Amino acid sequence: MYRYDEFDAKIVKDRVDQFRGQVERRLSGEILEDEFKPLRLQNGVYLQLHAYMLRVAIPYGQLNAARMRKLSKIARDYDRGYGHMTTRQNIQYNWVALKDIPDVLEELAEVEMHAIQTSGNCIRNVTSDHFAGATKDEIMDPRPWCEIIRQWSTFHPEFAFLPRKFKIAVTAAEHDRAAIRVHDIGLHMRQRDGVVGFEVHVGGGQGRTPIIAAMVNEFVPESEILDYLEAIMRVYNRFGRRDNKYKARIKILVTETGPEEFTRLVEAEYAAQQASEKIALLQAEIDRIHAYFAPPAFEDKAETSDAFERAKAADPAFANWAKINLHPHKQPGYTSITISLKPIAGLAGDATDSQMAVMAHLAETYAFDDIRVTHAQNVVLPHVALDDLYTVYRELDAAGLATANESLITDMIVCPGLDYCNLANARSIPVGQEIQKVFSDPAYEQDIGKLHINISGCINACGHHHVGHIGILGVDRKGEEYYQISLGGRADEKAAVGQIIGKALRHEEVPGAVKTIVDTYRDLRTSADEKFIDAVERVGVEPFQEAIYASE
Amino acid sequence: MPLIKNGAEIEDSWTFIEEGAELPSSGCISLPLAKLIEDPDTILARNQQIGVRLAPADDPHELTPFLDRIALIEIDFPKYADGRGFSQAQLLRRRLGYTGELRAVGEVLRDQILYMNRSGFDAYQTSRADLPNVMKALDEYSAYYQPAADGQTSVFSRRHAKA
Repeated sequence: MYRYDEFDAKIVKDRVDQFRGQVERRLSGEILEDEFKPLRLQNGVYLQLHAYMLRVAIPYGQLNAARMRKLSKIARDYDRGYGHMTTRQNIQYNWVALKDIPDVLEELAEVEMHAIQTSGNCIRNVTSDHFAGATKDEIMDPRPWCEIIRQWSTFHPEFAFLPRKFKIAVTAAEHDRAAIRVHDIGLHMRQRDGVVGFEVHVGGGQGRTPIIAAMVNEFVPESEILDYLEAIMRVYNRFGRRDNKYKARIKILVTETGPEEFTRLVEAEYAAQQASEKIALLQAEIDRIHAYFAPPAFEDKAETSDAFERAKAADPAFANWAKINLHPHKQPGYTSITISLKPIAGLAGDATDSQMAVMAHLAETYAFDDIRVTHAQNVVLPHVALDDLYTVYRELDAAGLATANESLITDMIVCPGLDYCNLANARSIPVGQEIQKVFSDPAYEQDIGKLHINISGCINACGHHHVGHIGILGVDRKGEEYYQISLGGRADEKAAVGQIIGKALRHEEVPGAVKTIVDTYRDLRTSADEKFIDAVERVGVEPFQEAIYASE
Repeated sequence: MPLIKNGAEIEDSWTFIEEGAELPSSGCISLPLAKLIEDPDTILARNQQIGVRLAPADDPHELTPFLDRIALIEIDFPKYADGRGFSQAQLLRRRLGYTGELRAVGEVLRDQILYMNRSGFDAYQTSRADLPNVMKALDEYSAYYQPAADGQTSVFSRRHAKA
């Protein structure tokens, strides 16, 4: 994991002091709320329904035990005992007092963390594959470049007042777990003739206008990528729409300009850069940052583990969890585990302070001090020896963290919705919980297989409903909550926007409709191996529409 | 409105002439880009100093032929949230080589001035901050990750500088 040097530490410390000054000026009345807004927004502080919310950056989702412990302490000391993992691999606290935020930032700085650019119209936290550095299917570890992009984008003087927020995601695996095609910029790492580079996708996004990104360059060598990003950002900053906040994301610029013309503008800006304008990142600096991400000191182990096999035979619940929540590791004898934060009828993505402490302890003791937050609002321990798995599982289970549902139907992405958010039109959390109850029988759920339900409480799509295999969007109809259902969305390398299947349903109709969709799929699938999303792709949405709306 | 340049509050000797208004025959005058472009040779031949004010949508490249005859460029921020001026400033300083006064005008907030300074501005006309506050704002950081128009060495490079 990257560690701060004197420069990183000084920049974050300077930020804490600066923000403390800004809060003091606000609390003394020297600056008004409308002037304070752009300042707090560049630092992850939102004014929500009940209180200020603080969003803390977890760069590319990576934590260690010390950082997780600090997040736990903050939840305990400054919030109501929990934190909420977000779809951008960050953590949010919903009940922090404004006067305490400078102290929280100071505590975060002690463990090399911050809340810089977690909101506002600037470049946000860079996100990545939560199995980076561990998964079998990556060509390299994308985190060093995430870190370089993090540093480059931090307090970038030209791009702090963009038309709208800006999100960058990076992956290096064929199977895209970072949803790069629904980001403002999605980077897919490639190798060509021994040179590392990036396939560059621009203009993906969700919200009111879901768009899959256009590929603007097949291969930008790593030595040029920051300069190329500067060119994209400058074109966006100069020409992105500022007349309408709902048309201000780069996806609208790319769409309205046309991907070809947009690409031409970027290439022209890039070609015009003079030597003196280049970032000229030294190879020594690229190497320095890569060195922090060297693989941990794995032991030589066999592919299989007797202890693991024995435990599975002895404890069916463990065997079941291990069947669902593990991901293949590149190192023999090791695995990556998903700690589901989606217990039945729980709050999706929430972890209590004591659960955070348990995860910190396990990471430190059994998992090379490495923890990730996923964009599906779960937590991952990327490097666990199969030999230790049962011990880890039992501690997780004791802490209520052993829900066996990774990527299954009850593992949903759910935004905070009307219960917390002042943008929402409808509640999300109760809808998700009611759907979970329908599928709470593990045998039934596992028979359904991989299926992503994503729920948003409003058109801003924080719950990623457009790219859910089943997407659910809350809308307000004359003061009543209704829900629009879409099918066939996905966020991976075959990214697609789901298709709305019919008129919106009342709150109480939603769980039944989801069950109808799922049972329709079970009837028409070619075999248990045909996943829900593949079946929808094969048959289209009609059979599902018929099943739900036929009786009318 | 206070005008701050080079760490001091200075007298503003410039007058901005709105589109369509008569040009005064003396004094330093700043004009909208469109006005200058209409008839640059006549305007630049006048016996007075000429400056230009850029609106957010203006393309700084249009000034390329005249940069050595212009004594002031003002970049207007009609709303603080409109950040196009930061790119205009970087283009003028780093690509087009403009070395004269580059002044931020309009809704210039105290906490934007550091970014403006890094983008190449050297003068700030602001009702939102007094001199001590501006000086403090410029001093809040001592290291910057990326190179910009202020000539500071990036952290990326400082890490490898020979002591």
